[in-house]
Amino acid sequence: MTIPGHPGAEAAYDGNLMAGPLSELFALDVTVAVVRCRGCGSSTEVATLRVYGPDPGLVGRCPGCDDVLLRVVRTPDAVWLDLGGVTSLRVPAPRVAPAGDGDESART
Amino acid sequence: MDFVTRGFQGRPRGRDERLPPGQYLTGDFPVLSAGPTPGVDHDEWELWVATEDGTRHTWSWQELMALPAETVTVDIHCVTSWSKLDTEWRGVSLDTLLADVETAADFALVHSYGGYTTNLPLEDLLDGQAWVAYAYDGDDLRPEHGGPARLLVPHLYFWKSAKWVRGIELMLEDSPGFWEQLGYHDYGDPWREQRYQGD
Amino acid sequence: MTLVLDVDGWPGHLPGQHVDVRLTAPDGYTATRSYSVSAPERANRVELTVQRVPDGEVSGFLADGLAVGDAVRLRGPVGGWFVWRPGQPGPVLLVAGGSGVVPVMAMLRARDVGSPPFRLVYSVRDPDDVIYRDELAAIAATDGADVHLVHTRRAPDGDARPTGRLRETDLVAAGWGGDDPPTCYVCGPTGFVESAADLLVGLGHAADRIRTERFGPSGP
Repeated sequence: MTIPGHPGAEAAYDGNLMAGPLSELFALDVTVAVVRCRGCGSSTEVATLRVYGPDPGLVGRCPGCDDVLLRVVRTPDAVWLDLGGVTSLRVPAPRVAPAGDGDESART
Repeated sequence: MDFVTRGFQGRPRGRDERLPPGQYLTGDFPVLSAGPTPGVDHDEWELWVATEDGTRHTWSWQELMALPAETVTVDIHCVTSWSKLDTEWRGVSLDTLLADVETAADFALVHSYGGYTTNLPLEDLLDGQAWVAYAYDGDDLRPEHGGPARLLVPHLYFWKSAKWVRGIELMLEDSPGFWEQLGYHDYGDPWREQRYQGD
Repeated sequence: MTLVLDVDGWPGHLPGQHVDVRLTAPDGYTATRSYSVSAPERANRVELTVQRVPDGEVSGFLADGLAVGDAVRLRGPVGGWFVWRPGQPGPVLLVAGGSGVVPVMAMLRARDVGSPPFRLVYSVRDPDDVIYRDELAAIAATDGADVHLVHTRRAPDGDARPTGRLRETDLVAAGWGGDDPPTCYVCGPTGFVESAADLLVGLGHAADRIRTERFGPSGP
């Protein structure tokens, strides 16, 4: 049904544009996170998603299959996030000591 | 509210009595899209209406064309603040399409080619308030504006007027659509400025 | 147009990062746009290059409405993907279309004597569209970075390159892409980025060494 390359079929932006809105939600930069697409199973950095928007909201689609992976809407008093299209999000984070090193005190 | 940027007004808004609050007038026809523009051939195009008991009614393109059409001139209001006055459309009234549909539903979830959805009360689709439009300003509706056919519900914010419409699911309970799931208003009356949930 | 902002407590930024500028009207209406930071910071100074777009609500205000001393709301710096970290190993190939030159200019400006070789391939419609023209000429003439201008519609007199869109030969230069493959940064309108990235892959650049940033719809 879908004719590839149809006029207007091109996303104007990519996931780099999501950095600002996502920075309001996450302490770490999520645009370098790797997301796995629930639809086609491919993995890619959020920065490389094909992004439509910015209004009414940012819609990030899989570069492989065009499924919606991630959506962000900024309303005047809230940030709305939909991650329903991804099975996982792996965010590079500062290295911590492996669990079991004994510094994890049991809380009483 | 954030601090006001000294001197910033944005585009002139609300200076015409036909403009709902917070809207500005545009002469263009901005294209907003949440995904690729689906290309749908007339041969493959189909419109369906499904009721709460699973009954399906369908129309091919030829069947749609055979139905009585209306030409309407309406004002349209996008939630992103632009409004466009006196736009001329041609299409089939939902009153015509739903005339023989038996339903007790109060709500509709509209589905588009490409996966987009939007919800609205069924009564807002009736009584001369909504059309399946296939022509704009005297020409075939262009794909970027929703062609071959889009829903036209001009009394609500324009995201309710789903581009590339392909089906209407009639339901007993309301169920949020693509933008309504993510903070946008379930009803979307521009005159009450119902942009977001809670407005 | 260059905008220099004083930001209290600016945490510092990496070349290639951007900020979101938000303007708020008295009735609460807001407009937000993303702009790349175009230079390394000096103290708390953040420099943005803003290209004025026709009928641009935000860029028009920044150009005409904002006065020295006025405040705007900034969010950032943000974006950790399209960045060059001074100290990261390997040469750098920058490929820019139109205003996509802004974030890569920040990378060029962040170099120091110990930095690896840089090459900029910059595509514009005609010579009048070149942003940072004098500075780029100076960089090319004096301090080692290679600058190659691609003119798609009209070239200056004496330019040996026939006008036309970016092609493979624009991206090939002696000493590049061999034993020490560069990290490539491609920025511009979507169509430009797609075709430039395809050309780079076709030339044998590994996909994981090509970083892209799409700046909006391609022009008519």
